Amino acid sequence: MIQKAKIVLHFPKERVDKPIVSRLVKDFGLEVNILKAEVNPNEEGVMVLELSGKKEEYKKSLEYLKKEGLRVQPLSKDISMDRNKCVDCTVCVPCCPTDALERNPQTFEVKFIKEKCIACGICIRVCPYGAMTIEF
Amino acid sequence: MRTIQEINEKIKKGDAVILTAEEVSGLVAKKGLDKAFEEVDVVTTATFGPMCSSGIFFNTGHTKPRIKIGGGSATLNKVPCYAGLAAVDLFLGATAIPDDDPRNQVYPGEFKYGGGHVINDLVAGRDLILEAKAYGTDCYPRKFLRTKININDLNEVMLFNIRNCYQNYNVAVNTSNKIIYTYMGALQPRLGNANYCSAAALSPLLADPLYKTIGIGTRIFLGGGIGYVSWWGTQHNPGVERTAKGLPKTGAGTLALIGDLKKMSPQFLIGTSMLGYGATLSVGVGVPIPILDKDILAYAAVRDEDIVAPIIDYSSDYPNVKFNPLGYVNYAQLKSGVIRINDTEVHTGSLSSIRKAREITEILKKWIQAKKFYLSEPIEKIPSVDSGYKLKLLKERPIEE
Ligand code: SF4
Ligand code: SF4
Repeated sequence: MIQKAKIVLHFPKERVDKPIVSRLVKDFGLEVNILKAEVNPNEEGVMVLELSGKKEEYKKSLEYLKKEGLRVQPLSKDISMDRNKCVDCTVCVPCCPTDALERNPQTFEVKFIKEKCIACGICIRVCPYGAMTIEF
Repeated sequence: MRTIQEINEKIKKGDAVILTAEEVSGLVAKKGLDKAFEEVDVVTTATFGPMCSSGIFFNTGHTKPRIKIGGGSATLNKVPCYAGLAAVDLFLGATAIPDDDPRNQVYPGEFKYGGGHVINDLVAGRDLILEAKAYGTDCYPRKFLRTKININDLNEVMLFNIRNCYQNYNVAVNTSNKIIYTYMGALQPRLGNANYCSAAALSPLLADPLYKTIGIGTRIFLGGGIGYVSWWGTQHNPGVERTAKGLPKTGAGTLALIGDLKKMSPQFLIGTSMLGYGATLSVGVGVPIPILDKDILAYAAVRDEDIVAPIIDYSSDYPNVKFNPLGYVNYAQLKSGVIRINDTEVHTGSLSSIRKAREITEILKKWIQAKKFYLSEPIEKIPSVDSGYKLKLLKERPIEE
């Protein structure tokens, strides 16, 4: 069975220099398509990948990535904002790479615009109130 | 001129006019100070944001047979409490985290559940698990305790903030090449964002910048209930540089607050997790300002554009205690969502919630209108600009072995 999936990889800064993508190709025979990459030495990185290959190998590759200390997240559109938890502080607003979190200049309420969201997961970690969640 | 007593008489008769801090600046701009003074009796101010120096003192009630937790140890939902008090009096601080929390060993730590979250669970009426160990004495023989407990089981529980309502604050940025995780939020490299934390013109100590009305004993809205200013807060620093209008250009005065947790609400006491930094508690505070004279009104009518804050680099200057602002910006600029720092456009985020602060100014206004809340006369002033009262750094001294 062939598995095809889009995933978001978060690199801790100690892992940025490692040749992760080539290992996915060589060791697991996956086809890798880099959709988006923001990886600089000495920094945390985010990479959005499209992977396809044998289901077994795909599964093993995810385990390998986790073992390497990377956080793996499926790229899904199922990010949501819990309005009961959001206090509209706005601290997430400048962190969103696609302006999917928008502050109303009058009410100071923060609106989540799902269509713009690429599910990078940044707001989930940045929100102090646990108001942004992802469903797998 | 009018007195607090006169204002309370008016409240009793239902004649008092109460405006929020936002409404009053509009009124003064429209009608002028003299006319506005005739019309307004009370201005409500508020703030809602993370306040790490928050905690609760509580009494669990004695067990049968008795246990002396004092000198032993105790946890609530695994979060350690301070047990250095009498037999069943405990303290829990907002930043406490379970012993097995990985902290920043897995960097950046998530700090999902700490003291602030316990306080939120408690005030929401949820059952918690209290575990305690004691050494046992003749009069307090018991050594272990493990029980469910909720807010109704406690005899007393008071929220106590030794520092709250910071009068103005830094704008935090990061000029380094790597992301940093701070109490001012995640700061993106190379001026990727600028985070601030003040309710600005709504903020109690910015609407009464010289502490003319707010003092020890002032009755306030605290966490959804009623509380009091119990002292000036830790790190109170009234003598900093001020603008011509008397507004501090950096963090300055602070207040210590106390109130009955049983009367508070989980809407205004929320556990918060600052990525890579720690757990804390966000607290809602509202302070009424009695408009006793025109001066006090002029101060209370402060606008966001009058208040400036220093932009501080949290990648190096802040940790090394260098006051080296990259510039000053006012809160109207900060609230617009974008500021300029040396020709770079930087998007802003806030830790303090304006929406929540507005809600509190409205609630406090309604309480006063409904005669549920009267103004109190402060018993004592807090040290002001000319007091010489100052914040100092710790001077470390070598220890001779
Ligand atoms: S998941 Fe990423 S793109 Fe979506 S709202 Fe959050 S920060 Fe923005
Ligand atoms: S950081 Fe969280 S609480 Fe603040 S505005 Fe964003 S989603 Fe709401």
